[in-house]
Amino acid sequence: MNYKNIVFLRIKILIGFFALIFLLLLISFNNVIAQNDYPTDDQVNAIAKELYCPVCENTPLDVCPTQACAQWRALIKEKLIAGWSKEEIKQYFVDQYGDRVLAQPPARGLNWLVYILPPVVFVGGIVVVYLNLKKIKKSSEKVVQVSNNNNDKYLKEMEEALNVLNNEEDLS
Amino acid sequence: MLPNLGYGTLVITLIVSIYAIVSAVIGERKNLYKYVESARLALLLTFPLLTLAVISIVILLVNQNYEVQYVYNVTSSTMPTYLKVTALWGGQAGSLVFWAWLMAAFGSAVTLRKWDRDHDLLPWVIIVSSVTLAFFLIMIVVFENPFIRFWTLPSGGELVAMFAPAGSQLIHPFDGRGLNPLLRHPGMIIHPPMLYLGFVSFVIPYAFGMAALITGRTDDRWIRLTRRWTLVAWMFLSIGLILGSRWSYDVLGWGGYWAWDPVENAAFMPWLSGTAFLHSVMIQEKRGLFKRWNMILVIITYSLVIFGTFLTRSGVLSSVHAFAQSAIGPMFFIFIGLSFIISLAFLIKRWDDLRSEGVMTSLLSRESLFLINNLLFIGILVVVFWGTVYPLISELFTGQKVTVGPPFYNSTTGPLFVGLLLLMGIAPLSAWGHSTWKTLGKALWIPAIGSLILIVVLFVSGVRSIGALIGFTVASLAAFVTIYEFWRGMKARHKRNGENYLVALWKLTARNRRRYGGYIIHLSVVFMAIGIIGIEFFQTETQGRIAPGESLSLAGYTVTYKNLAEFDVADGRNVARAVLSVSKNGKDLGELYPRRDFYYDSQQPMTIPGVRSTVEDDLYVILVNWEQISSLGATFKVFHNPLINWLWYGGILLVIGSFIAAWPDPEKEIELAPSRIMRKETGNLVSKP
Amino acid sequence: MENSHTEEPKNPKKLPRWAIIAAFVVLLGFLALMGWGLKNAQQGPVQEGQKVPPFELTTFDGSKIKTEDLLGKVVVINFWASWCKPCEQEASELEEAWQYYKDSGEVVFLGVDYVDTETEAMGYLEKFNITYPNGPDLRTAISQIFRISGVPETYIIDRNGKLASRKIGPFVSISEITSMIDSALNQ
Repeated sequence: MNYKNIVFLRIKILIGFFALIFLLLLISFNNVIAQNDYPTDDQVNAIAKELYCPVCENTPLDVCPTQACAQWRALIKEKLIAGWSKEEIKQYFVDQYGDRVLAQPPARGLNWLVYILPPVVFVGGIVVVYLNLKKIKKSSEKVVQVSNNNNDKYLKEMEEALNVLNNEEDLS
Repeated sequence: MLPNLGYGTLVITLIVSIYAIVSAVIGERKNLYKYVESARLALLLTFPLLTLAVISIVILLVNQNYEVQYVYNVTSSTMPTYLKVTALWGGQAGSLVFWAWLMAAFGSAVTLRKWDRDHDLLPWVIIVSSVTLAFFLIMIVVFENPFIRFWTLPSGGELVAMFAPAGSQLIHPFDGRGLNPLLRHPGMIIHPPMLYLGFVSFVIPYAFGMAALITGRTDDRWIRLTRRWTLVAWMFLSIGLILGSRWSYDVLGWGGYWAWDPVENAAFMPWLSGTAFLHSVMIQEKRGLFKRWNMILVIITYSLVIFGTFLTRSGVLSSVHAFAQSAIGPMFFIFIGLSFIISLAFLIKRWDDLRSEGVMTSLLSRESLFLINNLLFIGILVVVFWGTVYPLISELFTGQKVTVGPPFYNSTTGPLFVGLLLLMGIAPLSAWGHSTWKTLGKALWIPAIGSLILIVVLFVSGVRSIGALIGFTVASLAAFVTIYEFWRGMKARHKRNGENYLVALWKLTARNRRRYGGYIIHLSVVFMAIGIIGIEFFQTETQGRIAPGESLSLAGYTVTYKNLAEFDVADGRNVARAVLSVSKNGKDLGELYPRRDFYYDSQQPMTIPGVRSTVEDDLYVILVNWEQISSLGATFKVFHNPLINWLWYGGILLVIGSFIAAWPDPEKEIELAPSRIMRKETGNLVSKP
Repeated sequence: MENSHTEEPKNPKKLPRWAIIAAFVVLLGFLALMGWGLKNAQQGPVQEGQKVPPFELTTFDGSKIKTEDLLGKVVVINFWASWCKPCEQEASELEEAWQYYKDSGEVVFLGVDYVDTETEAMGYLEKFNITYPNGPDLRTAISQIFRISGVPETYIIDRNGKLASRKIGPFVSISEITSMIDSALNQ
C-alpha cells in the first residue's frame, strides 16, 4: 500500500467509527423519543372516556364512531405527545367547545344546584323518617308490651302458625 | 285504497272514543246507567277498529308500498319480512298507532271484567282510558298520519299528503330508505313493544285510582282490583328496560349496558315509582296505611309515562334515542298540563279523606320499613329526574349546554340502591305492627353471618374496592334472607304435612304465589345487582392496532388476530369479519368473530362484537370501525366484563317470578284479610264467598 | 298478629292552605319550564328581519373581530367545518365571491369554524385558498346565537345589523351568493 491508500483507510475507519457512535446515540435517543411519541390507544381513550362528543348527543368521546370524533381523539393524541396533562387537555376542550363536553356540569353558578340537590333530598328523607318516628313514639307510649322470654318459644310457634294461616288467606 | 281505509278507521276510532267520553260523562252526571253501558261498549269497539288500522299499516309495509311516506321511511327491499312487520313501531307515526292500539286493547280488556260491584267506578275508568286514547288518536290523525303519500303536482312539484291534490299522481319510489341498521336486532324488535306494554298498562291502575279519587271511594277497593294489572304492567316495563339494556350491550359496541341517557331515564322513572307503588299497596291492603302515598305514586307513575313519551318525541331534550322532532310536541304539552293539573286538583280535594286507618307503631315494623322503601325509591326518582331535566334548565337560564352524565348518577343513586338492597334483606323478616331490634335480630342473624363470611372471603381473595364490598354484602344478605324464607316455609310444610322438601317448595309457592313469586323476583334483583357490581367496579378495557399474528392482552386473556374476510350479504350489507383466537394461561378458549356491517341502503355502519360469555365474565371484542380495517392490520377494542351475565340471568328469573306472582289462583279471592274485617269500624262486614 | 292498640289520631290533619298553594306553584312552574323549553326547541334558526346580537370572532391568526364595529357594512357569516363534506362544495365559490367584493370595502366575509380541530381547519383553509378571516366558534357561542342546525349554513347581515337572508346548506353557484349579497347591499 502506498501512503495515500493508508490515509484513505484511516479516514474511512474514523468515519465508520463516528458513524457507529452516531447510530448508537440515535438508537438510544429513539428509545426516549418513542415513549413520548406514540401514546397508546388506551392512554388516549382514558382521557376521551371523560369527555363527551361536542356534536353528537350524549356520546362519550372514546366510543363515538364519527369522523369528527376520530379527529378529536387524534387531537388528544397530539396534545399528549406535546406533553399536556389530562387536566390541560380537558380544559382545552371546554374552552373550544363549551361545558357540554364534560361528563358533569362544572361546579359554578347555576350548576351548583345539581350538586346541592342530592344532599337536600337525603336530608329531606331523614326528616320524614324522623317526623314519623315522633308519631310512633307518641303512640307507642300507649302500647302494651307483650314480650316475655318464657313465652318466646311459644310465641315463635304461634307466629309460624299464624304466618301459615296468613299465607293461605293471602289475596293471591 | 288501503291507506284511505286505514285513515278512515283511525278517524272513526277517534270519534268513537270521544263518544265514549261524552256518553260516560252524561251517564255519570245524570245517573243513567244505559249511557254508561253505551260508553263501555264504545270503548270495547275501539280495539277491533284500531286492529284494522294496524293490519292496514302492516300490509302496506310488507307489500312495499313506498308511495306511502311511512313505508318509504322505515322499510327497504333488502329487509326480511319479519323486520318489515316490526317496522310498524320503527318510526314516529307507526309507533304512535301501536301505542294507541295497545291502549285500546287494555281499555277493552278492562271493560270486559265484571262490573256489577263497582258501577260507581266504571264511568271514570272509561273516561280516563278514553281520554288518553283520544289524545293519542288526535295526534295521529292531525299531526303524524302514517298513511300520507307522495304526489306529483301538475305544476311539477311534489307534495306529501293524505288525499290526492287535484290532478296529481302518486309517486312510487323504487325502494325505501330502510330501517336504521341499529334497529334490526332481535332485542330492538321486542324492546319497544315491551316498553309500550308497560307504559300503557299503567294507565289502568291510574284510571282506577282517579275513579276512586273522583267518586270519593277512598277505601282500598281500587287497589285490590288493579293488583294484577300493576304487577303485569311492572313486569312488562322491567322486561322492556332489561331488553333495551341487553340490546345496547350487544349491538352498540361500547361495552356498556346503561348510559343514563335522558330517554333511558324517561323509561326508568316510571319504573321507579311503579315499583314503589307495587310494594306500597300491600301496606294499604293489610293495614289501611299509605293511602295518600299510593294515590300519589300511581299519579306520578302515569304522569311520568306521559312525560317520558313527551320527552322522547318533542325534541325538548337531546338524546341519541329521540325520535325526529315533530309537531306533536305542543299537543303533548297540553295533554301533560291538563292531566297533571286535574290529577293534583282531585288529590288535594280528597286529601283529608285519604287519612290512614291506623298508625305505625314501631320503626322496625314492616310498615315503617315500607315507608323507608318508598322514600328510597322517591329519592332515586328525584335525583334521576333532576339530572335529566337540569340540562334543559341550564340551557334556558344560562344559555349554556351541559351534560349530566354517569358520574353524577352513579355517585348519587349508588348509595340509595344499596339502601334498597339492604331493605330487601331486612323487610321480609320484619313483623307487622310491633317489632324490636331483638325480634328482628333473632330472625336476621343467620343470613347476616352468611353475608359476613362472604365478605371476608372476598376480601381475602383480593377484592379491595369498598363500593363493591358493600354492594356484595347487602346483595348477599338479601339473597340469603330470601332463600331462608323459602327454607322456613318448606320446613314448616314438611313438618306439618310430611311432604318431602321439593313437593313442599312447589306447594308453598303454588299456594302463596304473590309472596313467593315476589321473593323470586327479589332474588332476580340480587342477580342483577351482582352483574352490575361486577361490570361497574371491575371492568377493564384495552385498544390497539395489530397485524395478523399479533395479539392484545387483557385480564389474563390473550386475543390474537388471525385473519379477516370481507364480503357482501344478501340483505344489503357489506360485512368485514375478523377471526380472533382467545387463550388464557396458554389454554386455547376458541375463536371470536367481531364484525363490521355496512348497510348500503342507509349508508350506515354497525359493529357487532365477538363475545365469549361465561358465568364469571364476558370477553368482549369489537372491530374499531373508524380505523382502517384490512387483512394487513386492524384496530380492536377488548373489554373484560366480570359477572355481567348475572344481569341477564336475573332478567330471565324476573320474568319467571313475575309470572308466578301474577298467575291467577284457582281458589276464589277472599274479600278482606280477617284482621281487617275485625278492625273495620263501619258495619260493613263482608262475608266470605 | 296484634299486640298493640291502635288509635285514630285525635285531630284529623287538614291539608294547610300554604301546602296546596305550594304544590300548585311547583307544578305550574314546572309546566312553564317545559313549555319554554318546547318553544325553544321548536324555534328554527334566526329569522330574517330579526336583529342579530353582536359577537366577537377570534381568528386563527389571533386577531379579534367585533361585529358591532362592522355596522354599515354587509357581513356574510359562513359556518363550516373540516369534517363537513357538503361544505367543500361551496368553499371555492365563497372565496371567489370574496375576491369580487373585497375591493369595494362594503362587504365583509367571516368564516366560523364550527366544532373543529385547528390542524384540520387550517388544512381545509389551505386546500381552498381561503383568504377572508376565519376563526373557531369558541364554546359554540356564535352558532348558538344563530341557532344553526348543522353545517354549512350562511347568514347575511345587512348594514343595520339585521338578518337580511340565510342559506341552509351549500350554495349551488357563485351567482346565488352574489345575488343574496347584492340584495342586502341595495336595501
